Amino acid sequence: MKVTLNIWRQKNVSSKGRFETYEVDNIDEHISFLEMLDMLNERLLKNDQEPISFSHDCREGICGACGLFINGRAHGPMRGVTTCQLHMRMFNDNDVITIEPWRAKAFPVIKDLTVDRTALDKIMQGGGYVSVNTGGVPDANSVIIPKLIADEAFNSAVCIGCGACVATCKNASASLFTAAKVSQLALLPQGYPERKYRARNMIDVMDGLGFGNCSNTYACEVDCPKEISVLNIARMNREYLKSIFVSLYS
Amino acid sequence: MKLDAKIPKGSLGEKWDNHKFNLKLVNPANKRKFDIIVIGTGLAGASAADSLAELGYNVKVFCFQDSARRAHSIAAQGGINAAKNYQNDGDSVYRLFYDTIKGGDYRAREANVYRLAQLSSNIIDQCVAQGVPFTREYGGLLDNRSFGGAQVSRTFYAKGQTGQQLLLGTYGALCRQIELGKISYNPYHEILEYVLIDGHAKGVVTRNLLTGEIKSHAAHAVIIASGGYSNVFYLSTNAMGSNATAAWRAYKKGAYFANPCFTQIHPTCIPQAGEAQSKLTLMSESLRNDGRVWAPKSKENAEKLRKEELKPKDIPEDDRDYFLERKYPAFGNLVPRDIASRAVKEVCDEGRGIAATGLGVYLDFSDAISRLGTVAIEGRYGNLFQMYEKISGEDPYKTPMKIYPAVHYTMGGLWVDYNLMTTVPGLYALGEANFSDHGANRLGASALMQGLADGYFVIPYTIGDYLAGLGFNKVDINNPAFAEAEKNVKDKIEKLISAKGQRTPDEIHRELGKIMWEKVGMSRNEAGLKEAVEEIRRLKESFWKDIKVIGEKDNINETLEKAGRVIDFIELAEIMAIDALERPESCGCHFRLESQTEEGEAKRNDNDFTYVSAFSYEGEENEPKMHKEELKFEFVELTQRSYK
Repeated sequence: MKVTLNIWRQKNVSSKGRFETYEVDNIDEHISFLEMLDMLNERLLKNDQEPISFSHDCREGICGACGLFINGRAHGPMRGVTTCQLHMRMFNDNDVITIEPWRAKAFPVIKDLTVDRTALDKIMQGGGYVSVNTGGVPDANSVIIPKLIADEAFNSAVCIGCGACVATCKNASASLFTAAKVSQLALLPQGYPERKYRARNMIDVMDGLGFGNCSNTYACEVDCPKEISVLNIARMNREYLKSIFVSLYS
Repeated sequence: MKLDAKIPKGSLGEKWDNHKFNLKLVNPANKRKFDIIVIGTGLAGASAADSLAELGYNVKVFCFQDSARRAHSIAAQGGINAAKNYQNDGDSVYRLFYDTIKGGDYRAREANVYRLAQLSSNIIDQCVAQGVPFTREYGGLLDNRSFGGAQVSRTFYAKGQTGQQLLLGTYGALCRQIELGKISYNPYHEILEYVLIDGHAKGVVTRNLLTGEIKSHAAHAVIIASGGYSNVFYLSTNAMGSNATAAWRAYKKGAYFANPCFTQIHPTCIPQAGEAQSKLTLMSESLRNDGRVWAPKSKENAEKLRKEELKPKDIPEDDRDYFLERKYPAFGNLVPRDIASRAVKEVCDEGRGIAATGLGVYLDFSDAISRLGTVAIEGRYGNLFQMYEKISGEDPYKTPMKIYPAVHYTMGGLWVDYNLMTTVPGLYALGEANFSDHGANRLGASALMQGLADGYFVIPYTIGDYLAGLGFNKVDINNPAFAEAEKNVKDKIEKLISAKGQRTPDEIHRELGKIMWEKVGMSRNEAGLKEAVEEIRRLKESFWKDIKVIGEKDNINETLEKAGRVIDFIELAEIMAIDALERPESCGCHFRLESQTEEGEAKRNDNDFTYVSAFSYEGEENEPKMHKEELKFEFVELTQRSYK
């Protein structure tokens, strides 16, 4: 296979970026998209050109490090996959592929395709946890949780923190990311004691970091590699409203 | 130096309790006077950091990733063991202990392993309290499954994403302590040097991977939880960034490195597709609960399957060899990883392998699907099947998976005593970075257990004993030892960035991986190991002449990072090969062709090799020195493992 790549190059956060065009030839269709970029980087390095910076780590779709905006889609054309799970057989010979970094005010570009996503850590620090110290907790089976509820909490908990929801949202909103954690802990009894502060605190942090609001386009659900449902956002909004209108003592 | 493991006296059940009582305590009001550095934010590092911060210590955390949540523990799929006996099937702390020590082929310490089994239950309680959504039964109680090498169901799991959910639980606790100001959080930082003052670990030198800034950090103690070194093999199931640098630089500062040759090859990974392959993907061992491993009986059929002239469903039942069930009727498809991996290799060596390369066998779910239905199988393994389909392009509900062994975990690591302290006072190693609990082979669902036991329930007790003897003075960052360490780091970076060679870090790394896989891989022999040592030494010598790095040192520069890690891998590879050479017995994952039973199984030599080998750094010009910690078995009888 052969492909033509238009790749965003940017030296650092303060410099202006531009697209550059590269051709990659002799690609086996069974290799992954990132391995194709490895081939290109290896060639650039051999020719004394600086390789393209992009984030990646586990390369099996679970760590959330990778994230490229490919032909206008976060994580590319396939549903339910991360960038590292894309394989070249999903593209055609002689395709022209445009690769950009995540673009959002809260995700400044560090270099080329690598962006700074520490804003997501900050949202989690705003309350994405249950306040229990190590030790002194009850036996694991002392609290029973209906399977349906546990499974639903799990479905929210599978978020990998890649930021695709932000990148694909026209408002650069982190609502799906935040809602996934709020939801998981609102569903589980362990999350109950702090329920009323959690949604409010996390949303306040999110708003303060420059993420936009949700306007229900559902693009986040479409591009989420873990296919997390927008219903989580509805649940988060309910949690938020309750935190305002319902007494903390009720 | 004589290695003293500091094993407490008493019966197995009393050791840890006695020890906890005898450890010195730091008064709650004094804990805030101590600074602790934690390297790595996987299960061991994050759980240590948040537990220590909760106690009141000032904790400084470093990880090379852009977020603590990306540490490679996240990729663990199958589950975590605990001796809860929730299933009423005869499990107990002693049974978990026994399975683990036997599974490790009697090359681990009894006392450590027993403590691990004791603490296993607390871990599950802790994780549930954090809101970890483990898989449950319809009655609302936690579900369990049996996992490779165990005849009881003691494995807790969150579908196929247990590592992710456990890590996010402890990452949440980390976030809470960051918010409370008890943890200073430093992602995008790499540890390049340790600072010793009067022989005690007092700090580290880091490189900020975004700005290139080299900086010293002082502390009263340093904890290494930087994971294992499977990436020495280039292709492994580890993340691309997983590296041995933090552990290796500790070795070069005086920490002994134990059992480096004990590397686990996991039987069920997706076979390699071609030269451009950058990493291998594991398919959870839990799949062997319902999947049956087979290869065609005849080479002719294998040949046709490789060429895709036949499909697996075209092979009639009688022409299939379910070789694990045939060879190990008692355990069948659930034999431990080392045994399964070698059996797969044997079949492929006989020419009966499938997949285009001939390096693969089938893992077939058709029986389980017809017995339990697609829905039940999807409930158990849905995301794993999906992951497989994405990578291979084949649907495992319709056609068997293809699998082949790959390097997955390293039982070896920094030598630690019972307190998890290395041979450098004040320097600790936790989780996969240490060597202590898995002997020569780790059982499935035990890595998560060990990482969290070390971090949540061991280090919070043992570190106090060391700190209580120190006094409250802050460590002086102006001590010349810091400036000297910084200079060493800067010199090395300068040397790398100004290197004028023609080979990329990946090219050199691939060459190293090839040597290791072929000669220090699934089976090893004297001649091959001797060659490996020579080849690795040549690679080490030519590295500085050959390496090519471009770009800047004060900006993000992945090539520079990679080059620094590759030379550390090469140096570590050398002691792996030496260790394998100097252990002519077979044990666990370490299979020496010279030492096998008539049936081709691993044959231990307990008279001569019941010890931990620990290597010390003796300077660039000298060979590393091997020390021995004799293993004493007071409570279990050493038997030849048999899973037949």
